[in-house]
Amino acid sequence: MDALETFRQEVREWLEANCPESQRKPASREEQVWAGRNQTFPSADAKLWFERMRDKGWTVPDWPKEYGGGGLNDAEAKILKDEMKRLGCRTPLLDIGIWMLGPALLEYGNEAQKQEHIPKIARGEIRWCQGYSEPGAGSDLASLQCKAEDKGDHFLVNGTKIWTTNADKSDWIFCLVRTDPNVKKQEGISFLLIDMESEGVSASPIELISGESEFCQTFFDNVKVPKENLVGELNKGWSVAKALLKHERKLMSEQETPAGTQITPVQAALDYVGTDANGKVANAALRDQLVRHEMKYRALGLTHFRSFEEKMSGAGEGNIPMIMKYVGTECTKEREETLIAMLGTQGLGWEGEGFNQDETLATRGWLFSKALSIAGGSSEVQLNIIAKRVLGLPD
Amino acid sequence: MPLVLNEEQRLLKDTAKEFLGSSAPVEALRKLRDEKNEIGYDKALWQQMAELGWAGIVLPEDYDGLDFGFMGLGAIIEESGRTLTASPLFSTVVLGASAILLGGSDEQKQSLLPSVASGEKTLTLAVDEYAHHNPAAIALSAKAQGENFVLTGKKVCVVDGHTADHIVVAARTSGTTGSTDGISLFIVDGDAEGLTRTRRWMADSRAVAELNFDKVSGQLLGELDKGWDILDPVLDRGRICLAAEMLGGTQEIFKRTVDYLKEREQFGVKIGSFQALKHRAAHMFTEIELAKSVVLDAFTAIDEGRADLGQMASFAKATVNDLYYLVSNEAVQMHGGIGVTDELEIGFFLKRSRMAIQLLGDSGFHRDRYASLSGY
Ligand SMILES: Cc1cc2nc3c(=O)[nH]c(=O)nc-3n(C[C@H](O)[C@H](O)[C@H](O)COP(=O)(O)OP(=O)(O)OC[C@H]3O[C@@H](n4cnc5c(N)ncnc54)[C@H](O)[C@@H]3O)c2cc1C
Repeated sequence: MDALETFRQEVREWLEANCPESQRKPASREEQVWAGRNQTFPSADAKLWFERMRDKGWTVPDWPKEYGGGGLNDAEAKILKDEMKRLGCRTPLLDIGIWMLGPALLEYGNEAQKQEHIPKIARGEIRWCQGYSEPGAGSDLASLQCKAEDKGDHFLVNGTKIWTTNADKSDWIFCLVRTDPNVKKQEGISFLLIDMESEGVSASPIELISGESEFCQTFFDNVKVPKENLVGELNKGWSVAKALLKHERKLMSEQETPAGTQITPVQAALDYVGTDANGKVANAALRDQLVRHEMKYRALGLTHFRSFEEKMSGAGEGNIPMIMKYVGTECTKEREETLIAMLGTQGLGWEGEGFNQDETLATRGWLFSKALSIAGGSSEVQLNIIAKRVLGLPD
Repeated sequence: MPLVLNEEQRLLKDTAKEFLGSSAPVEALRKLRDEKNEIGYDKALWQQMAELGWAGIVLPEDYDGLDFGFMGLGAIIEESGRTLTASPLFSTVVLGASAILLGGSDEQKQSLLPSVASGEKTLTLAVDEYAHHNPAAIALSAKAQGENFVLTGKKVCVVDGHTADHIVVAARTSGTTGSTDGISLFIVDGDAEGLTRTRRWMADSRAVAELNFDKVSGQLLGELDKGWDILDPVLDRGRICLAAEMLGGTQEIFKRTVDYLKEREQFGVKIGSFQALKHRAAHMFTEIELAKSVVLDAFTAIDEGRADLGQMASFAKATVNDLYYLVSNEAVQMHGGIGVTDELEIGFFLKRSRMAIQLLGDSGFHRDRYASLSGY
């Protein structure tokens, strides 16, 4: 047996022994474990599972050991992921710090910043949020206005951020701020880490079409930020921002049914549309819609896998990561649409009696999925990027 | 399930690209068309392809083959889709030889396969009987007569059917039209008595024929009434290989179109700077990348003898059908007026795409089949 197979065996045994039974099925929103200063757990099992994974560094399996990570290489991390999937293990810890800030800090942060922030992310002690977008700066992110003035021993931050996911529940925020208004817009931006408990920071929730209010408008009113919280060089924040966006897009391309309904489109078709004498979904148009989607979904899975294989073998053109944000989020949206189409009016229930949990979660999930092709660089922006970077089409 | 080519397969693909690019480019198909070549391909070219080992590439060494696997053959076929190369590779190696290999007795294999590998003999498979692919609807009848069978009926759209030395014919020996039970396969000689073969001239300039059987003698291939068990996987190999050809054609016209977007100017700028065209091009690129993964996995399914071969074949064919349709239409549109001229080669791809979509099943056929095989 080669080393990787041995590793797979060990991982499998460890997970079997350590993942509580209750943590082996998808988590509903209430069952998720998020990071935070005042971290709470939905159950004793969830806490146990989180602590066991944390102690192995497997909340962040591929981060260096010295900062609290698992120290796994790509192949090992893939094995862990596959084995967790096989057993149905929940992600033990959720946090934007894990998905976005951590990888960017590992690349751009100085030693002191890494020492200070990365272990806390790995251990789930701090919950992070992302302060990029502003009312006037969405797709055209570089036109952002929220400003930080150099006051000698600190920066003074004034302005507002919008669509800040979970700002009201977060401990720290990483922000893009304008530090030089007199140069080309990308060249006057800096990357700052700000403690949400600082005086002058406030966040007010915004309600979404899915009924949730998971994002906020965040305000900065004469907020003092220590100089050591600047990541990378002054006015060079755009490079950090872009590196971080790469991680965000990768994450989003892999995101599955966001609200955690357990029913698949195929099951919904069989149960809610019914079948004819040959076992075919009884409505030919719906059946065709379903099979088109199932093929797209399976093609996406295969493409993720091909991308990994290309990376491991050094073969291929390496273009796949560039397309996955677009392809992945569009496919997830299509999956939600397909699901509610199969569920019929039972897939449009909002609340109250007459609908089971899977049905209302499908409604909410469908609505939530609309955001996927907007956030993190919209589908149109992704297509611009593919046209330019991959196809080399002129501006 | 490897989704990348290994070193050997990559080398093979490069060789194929080089050889086909210089010996059989689209220009060669134009020439065959313009001279109204009755055969439909260049025999000398086929001989060269056989010398490269392609005719025996998936055949076992026992029959003088290379036993290299379908993934390798797929790489060659994909390249042949870029050049629209006309050759009996598909009819002979993918369809005919697969049927003999999967269904034949030792004697049948010995007598036919080595001569396929050497490029000496060509084969094909005759299945469909009307304008849509529907292998269960076989009606052509075969009746026992002494040791042999006599076949009566009609087959249409038989690839290289008018030139093949031997034809594997799917016939009904019992049961009713529409049933997969009661189908049997027969080997029929191309020059058999009672067989009339007529070349049909199609838009894509490739050779297909209509075959009329009037009490034609045929030799049973495989078990009586159980022909479906061979036919189905043979057709799946055909569908997957056809998908590879189509994927090659798609990538070729996509590349030519993107090149054109970077070169053609209107309104004082390159047309590739228009977002309306950029987004469509970028979208097509993503569809091509998805389809590549599907086709690669389908070839793996053949080589690994996977149980989901039927599903994968329908998955690949439906996916690439829709892709080639999209990209060929967009390629014409984005070239503007020159796109609808005979001089520009894009038209050859447009025509081929539609023929390839029909062969061995359009998307409706394959989505229906995929859904049924998946239990819905
Ligand atoms: C659920 C959700 C969570 C989010 N979380 C966060 C967060 O935590 N932190 C944060 O900073 N931001 C967050 N965002 C904000 C997100 O990044 C922005 O919504 C996104 O960048 C788009 O900006 P916008 O909303 O201003 O839309 P706009 O940029 O105004 O876009 C409007 C439309 O115009 C199109 N468009 C814009 N520019 C072009 C172009 N050049 N070519 C073609 N079409 C174009 C867009 O594709 C879109 O269809 C979140 C958004 C959502 C939906």
